[in-house]
Amino acid sequence: METQAFQKIYTRIEQITKATITLHATGVGNEEIALVHGRLAQVVKIIGDEVTLQVFGGTEGIPNNAEVIFFGRSANLKVGDELAGRFFNAYGEPIDGGPEVEGEEVEIGGPTVNPVRRLQPSEFIPTGIAGIDLNNALVTGQKIPFFADPDQPYNQVMSMVALRAQADKIILGGMGLTNDDYLFYKNVFDNAGALDRIVSFVNTTENPSVERLLVPDMCLSAAEHFAVEKNQKVLVLLTDMTLFADALSIVSNRMDQIPSKDSMPGSLYSDLAKIYEKAVQFPEGGSITIVAVTTLSGGDITHAIPDNTGYITEGQLFLRNDTDVSKVIVDPFRSLSRLKQLVIGKKTREDHPQVMNAAIRLFADASNAKTKLENGFDLTDYDERTLDFARDYSEKLLAIDVNIEVDEMLDTAWELFDKHFKRSEVSVKKDLVDKYWPNNPDSE
Amino acid sequence: MSKKDNITKGKITGIIANLVVVEADGPVQQNEICYILQEDSRLMSEVIKVMGKSAYIQAFESTRGLKVGDQVEFAGHMLEVNLGPGILSRNYDGLQNDLDRMEGLFLRRGAQTDALDHEKKWEYKPLASEGDKVSAGDWLGEVTENWLPHKIMVPFKLEGKYTIKSLAGEGQYTVDDTIAVLTDEDEREIEVTMVQQWPVKIPIKKYREKPRPFKLLETGIRTIDTLNPIGEGGTGFIPGPFGSGKTVLQHALSKQAEADMIIMAACGERANEVVEIFTEFPELEDPRTGRKLMERTTIIANTSNMPVAAREASVYTAMTIAEYYRAMGMKILLLADSTSRWAQALREMSNRMEELPGPDAYPMDLTAIISSFYSRAGYVYLNNGETGSITFIGTVSPAGGNLKEPVTEATKKAARCFYALSQDRADSKRYPAVDPIDSYSKYLEYPELEDYLKKNIDEKWPSLIQLMKDALLRGREASEQINILGDDGVPVDYHITFWKSELMDFVVLQQDAFDPIDAQTSIERQKYMLEKVIDIYHMDFTFEHFEEVNEYFKRLIDELRQMNYSEFQSDKFHQFEKELEKIIEERKA
Ligand SMILES: Nc1ncnc2c1ncn2[C@@H]1O[C@H](COP(=O)(O)OP(=O)(O)O)[C@@H](O)[C@H]1O
Ligand SMILES: [Mg+2]
Repeated sequence: METQAFQKIYTRIEQITKATITLHATGVGNEEIALVHGRLAQVVKIIGDEVTLQVFGGTEGIPNNAEVIFFGRSANLKVGDELAGRFFNAYGEPIDGGPEVEGEEVEIGGPTVNPVRRLQPSEFIPTGIAGIDLNNALVTGQKIPFFADPDQPYNQVMSMVALRAQADKIILGGMGLTNDDYLFYKNVFDNAGALDRIVSFVNTTENPSVERLLVPDMCLSAAEHFAVEKNQKVLVLLTDMTLFADALSIVSNRMDQIPSKDSMPGSLYSDLAKIYEKAVQFPEGGSITIVAVTTLSGGDITHAIPDNTGYITEGQLFLRNDTDVSKVIVDPFRSLSRLKQLVIGKKTREDHPQVMNAAIRLFADASNAKTKLENGFDLTDYDERTLDFARDYSEKLLAIDVNIEVDEMLDTAWELFDKHFKRSEVSVKKDLVDKYWPNNPDSE
Repeated sequence: MSKKDNITKGKITGIIANLVVVEADGPVQQNEICYILQEDSRLMSEVIKVMGKSAYIQAFESTRGLKVGDQVEFAGHMLEVNLGPGILSRNYDGLQNDLDRMEGLFLRRGAQTDALDHEKKWEYKPLASEGDKVSAGDWLGEVTENWLPHKIMVPFKLEGKYTIKSLAGEGQYTVDDTIAVLTDEDEREIEVTMVQQWPVKIPIKKYREKPRPFKLLETGIRTIDTLNPIGEGGTGFIPGPFGSGKTVLQHALSKQAEADMIIMAACGERANEVVEIFTEFPELEDPRTGRKLMERTTIIANTSNMPVAAREASVYTAMTIAEYYRAMGMKILLLADSTSRWAQALREMSNRMEELPGPDAYPMDLTAIISSFYSRAGYVYLNNGETGSITFIGTVSPAGGNLKEPVTEATKKAARCFYALSQDRADSKRYPAVDPIDSYSKYLEYPELEDYLKKNIDEKWPSLIQLMKDALLRGREASEQINILGDDGVPVDYHITFWKSELMDFVVLQQDAFDPIDAQTSIERQKYMLEKVIDIYHMDFTFEHFEEVNEYFKRLIDELRQMNYSEFQSDKFHQFEKELEKIIEERKA
């Protein structure tokens, strides 16, 4: 980061913690950035002339006579079309050996879109994955995370979604990404011939963890450039937001803030909302869609990170191993796309909403039957049929390796209804049953 | 609210996120508004603590770039809203800035816009006469806002008795034109326009009496109206984990409830949910009047990415506007989604000020704050004998879905209706996911409401409700027994009991918020269907085997649901009803 003439320089640090330093300085602005011993830092607290900065690169090895250079401005990113196809670190510096990007400097974490200037999202994003398209249809301008255990293939699923989403730009924000996963993404995008549509800001496990705090804002500033200036459809992938939140808690705990649930800062909800709410559909056609990953520990969604996330995002996609069919499925119970009703039955076939609900209801009956079985009770004929249905449904529709068009998903669901149930057991509006129930000679 | 001769000024001495410490050079009052002066803007803030010369203020804007030494000006008053014609159909932020008047795609820091239109001329007619003795809240005249008779009142801030000296005649006036001159007891003259200011944290109490709610507020939502009705002027809350349907339920209320005006405070929730209202309400019709929904709606939007401190302000702004319209004799439904975000905003601030934390790090006085807010709702007799009401329903977003957390517990003490959304019901798509057993309406215990229901719906109505509640409870018990002992470990009767309650659940409680017909059920239709369901409940059926029960009831439920999806009393409706009768005949003992 180049230095400029008006910068103020100090060389005496009063206090050093794991993530922050404190010194005496004047004329410093809140959230201003500085270099501390060559590492980027940001002002987080000012009391009189006592200024506390969070040091993104961590404070290991910083001496108390280190040089602190204030920049007189907040963190920024140079945005322009040249961002496309490039890989950057959390500070927006190239890591692909390419040149610095020339462009307009914008402050990251900038202002909020006026809600009355937003457009209601209405464009369906087909992914081919029925667990998503059929039960949890995605819409441009939506924000939605995968809730997954660390051992689940969320990065694979996310990359599939990204490539099939027909976005003009895909912006990858990696936070605590392993180097292997980083290379995985790079390869997948490369093989798909999509590299020129990708912009990537990556903090890997090899980089200091507090750096991650910059990644979402960097991604979203770049996204806003393409969505606002170029009216493009931008898809932002954020993985893993749990590691982002962990970094937040490290900083706030160093600042003696009273932690709330699960040692997360009390402001976690607002902090996450500021990021996710950047998802938007603009009237001019540009949009920002955010697909994120929130890893869970032991599937616990009541932990403060997934809990706050769920309250902010427009649904969540829950990955689960279905041992009955030995596949990873998108769990229809805990998964939800809150924007689906804007497109299903409108942008997709009319029977979509009812078919979706009926299938999930039957799947729920199957799970009750399973509980019965586990408790050692006899199953009724209906119970048996729901179990058969559930296996077919998991295999042919919920599994993440399914890749078909929505109409085919709906037809498949009707076929399964017909195979396992009577019309009255399915409880769908009569007009639809009359129209779509398969005309097999032996069906009732 | 003393006026100060000299403006108090100050200088910033500390900044921690949006908490700013200011050294003031004069008197400062708690909750006073002040402005942080920046080169190109004035950032509105509120005093939340005073210690010696230091004022702790919460900035309603981003504090990025603020420096120690920056100038602050104190306004001499608390956070106030502008009250006058033209509030209806507006989209405000939490501080009553008109969002539609803000320029640009993005909200500019420090941007302020007028809450009211100062150019527009209103067709005014006087309601009082010269020489009348009046006091605060009395009606002087009236303009038509959309279609509501908007009363121009003696400003709420005026204390004591006044005489009307002169009164503008019928004609066209802007909100700033003087429409009356009043004199006080000392013959001092006061000019009255159509606009007045009022501090949001102080209740407007210009009414004679606040009786207990005794009328039903029709919401069109069966699980509320039939099972746990809310009284007009009553309070209720909807706690539920994320995705359980709080917002959909509130939106359904805002679309269907029978009220003159709906005020929706979107407090720290998603922007797209407000956009949904902006988009749909100007198109959707009010089922009762045929007018567009937006004509009766005002939105206070402080979404989760807007400044945190303004979240708290937003619910007070909404309540104050509601009180203003109530004083005109209107029936207001006020909705806030989510009150937990407001509580969290309080928590963030309290933590930054290093106050002694209460449970889950919320401020110690959380319960008191929530109670005094809910107590501003109510049905009132105005001084002129007319009536008005504010029914308030808030949502609560319990951390981890656990109802034993401080905001839920505090709200439970304040609100009289409890509509608990259950994760299980939501997971199995039993919408609205209001748990029929845990939820309650305290109003059902009010004899005055019971009388009202008897008179206006049916003499038997309260007993039918009780019957249904008992049936649901019995159904749950039966299902527990079946789960413990197994399908054939219990008598067939248990299955019948269980399925009778399932039938009530599917037909009465479950309601598709996205189906144009099912979404809205008139009381007349609710009565028709409840009676039908209760009839079936009373019937004896004969079954050989439990498996027949399950299959048979599914057929009954299917026909009844088809009825729910059909226009009330239409041919289709009666066709399904006939089918139903046929099925009933098959098994009736
Ligand atoms: N009454 C209902 N009918 C149909 N679907 C519903 C209903 N209530 C909720 N849902 C579904 O649940 C989702 C989440 O509801 P929402 O009200 O946004 O939850 P919350 O506000 O509690 O987080 C909705 O997007 C919708 O898909
Ligand atoms: Mg909600």
